[in-house]
Amino acid sequence: MTLATATKRSARGVPGRGPTDHGAWFLVLPALIPILVLSVGPLLYGIALAFTDSQSGRTEPTQWVGALNFQDLLHDTLFWDSFRIGLLWAFGVTVPQFFLALGLALLLNQPLRMRWLARALAIIPWAMPEVVVGIMWRLVYHPDAGVLNETLSNLGLGEGKDWLTGTATALFAVIVVGIWAGMPQTTVALLAGLQNTPRELHEAAAMDGAGAWRRFTTVTWPAIKPIALAITALNFIWNFNSFALVYVLTQGGPGGRTRLPMLFAYEEAFRYGQFGYAAAMGCVMVAVISVILAFYLVGRLKGADES
Amino acid sequence: MMRTKKSTRAAQYLALAAYLVFLAFPFLWLISTAFKPARELGSLHPTWIPKDPTLDNFRQAFDEQPLLRAAGNSLIAALSAALIAVVIATPMAYVMARHRNRVSKAATGWVVISQAFPFVLIIIPLFLILKNLHLINSLLGLIMVYVVWSLPFALWMLVGYVRAVPTELEEAAAVDGAGRVRTFVSVVAPLLAPGIVATAMFAFITAWNEFFFALVLLKTPEKQTLPVILNRFIGSEGVADLGPLAAAAFLATIPSLVIFAIIQKRITGGMLAGAVKA
Repeated sequence: MTLATATKRSARGVPGRGPTDHGAWFLVLPALIPILVLSVGPLLYGIALAFTDSQSGRTEPTQWVGALNFQDLLHDTLFWDSFRIGLLWAFGVTVPQFFLALGLALLLNQPLRMRWLARALAIIPWAMPEVVVGIMWRLVYHPDAGVLNETLSNLGLGEGKDWLTGTATALFAVIVVGIWAGMPQTTVALLAGLQNTPRELHEAAAMDGAGAWRRFTTVTWPAIKPIALAITALNFIWNFNSFALVYVLTQGGPGGRTRLPMLFAYEEAFRYGQFGYAAAMGCVMVAVISVILAFYLVGRLKGADES
Repeated sequence: MMRTKKSTRAAQYLALAAYLVFLAFPFLWLISTAFKPARELGSLHPTWIPKDPTLDNFRQAFDEQPLLRAAGNSLIAALSAALIAVVIATPMAYVMARHRNRVSKAATGWVVISQAFPFVLIIIPLFLILKNLHLINSLLGLIMVYVVWSLPFALWMLVGYVRAVPTELEEAAAVDGAGRVRTFVSVVAPLLAPGIVATAMFAFITAWNEFFFALVLLKTPEKQTLPVILNRFIGSEGVADLGPLAAAAFLATIPSLVIFAIIQKRITGGMLAGAVKA
């Protein structure tokens, strides 16, 4: 107890100076004001807009309409289609990406030659603008000039597929790009977790005769579990909210097959000028994300109890 | 050191090679396409190595769209946003790392929550606010948005760097009678310099690469940034002139790749320092 109090005090910084001193405010304000004016304020404004009939280019004043936008959303099958597509996309990207990234991180944690090259390459998708990633994969998927169809036809596996414009393949095709694009962050996070795992534990487990799988489940996984959970929850949320990649690849087509919720809300707001309605979509997305976050936090708390 | 069986090692190298191919091939294909003459791009059997490499696509890319101007706009927006962001974020990160008062707790909460918000909920009100201020289609408006947008991650990284600075030095400064601000400016900030530079570079890249806000806020080609101009190459029908498109996309990547190569280790370090403690 005494120890806990002592560490708490030292975390406050220099003893003898309360958190009320004015210097601290002076240091905080330059960032706090923009945050309040350009982030917290607009966020509250955005939530308020969801309860209005705000439209672009309207002459009559904006009015409160209560939950009308949400009632309309409830019956908007196009929105729920896009919602379903958003969830499919977020699962479809996050889950395979996690396992691929875990595999790569485990490999990069081994004393292999060429490891530096793999590390350097693994970073490339991270540094690239999403627009370039989208353009790049359009070139890969191109029906005639693309490397994918050419390779498939050389292997005798069919030809001339329109990956991004075919209704059956479009979602699958963009999911593959999503997996590729997010690999680096996930790999780097897992790799860091692995490097924090003490090597001696592994060696002790090996001496006790534990095989590779047992060493993974008893030593490696418990050590990286917190990072794995955090990165997976974040990836899911980021993917569910993503825009640029799919916008550049398909613009939501063909026939809405890849229209993620963000693309739908963007069109609603900036093509059709339905600000209030699009804000309501944003609110529904926030609600879903909050549920996911809640699951994640509950999982974390349970994990903390166990350990 | 544990001994690893030869067969296991071989399997590991095989897996590593598969990863390398998966990660590298789209990028190599982009480069290959950028150097191919129109006639080869029209052929039904494209090859990895251009038979007749050319720079025509690069020339044509500059003719088709105002690439230089767009790069200039991107540079102005990203550089200003990065500088402003670190200048205002560093003192706040210092307080967040050293004080546990309500403001710093709320700020930490904001950093976490802001990662989860769909941008559309922010951009509609921002669009309306900036419109009233006549800052639509203006780089100034975009810079303001970028500053706030890059703050959460900047704070996240910087808090990690501040925590790595030992408190003894500050205590010594306090004994000498230096106030909070003085201690920060003359003792802590200099020690943070490498971390501040890395954070600024990261903020620069994220702004340089950003697309959504720029797409919504910038209307005319003279004002648009590089990612928006690149998207214009594709056209609304999705029919693109592949060669120039590839050439322009390739060029747009080079600054980010160079900066990323320089700061890669620091970023991963900073990100993880935050992630492990959170």
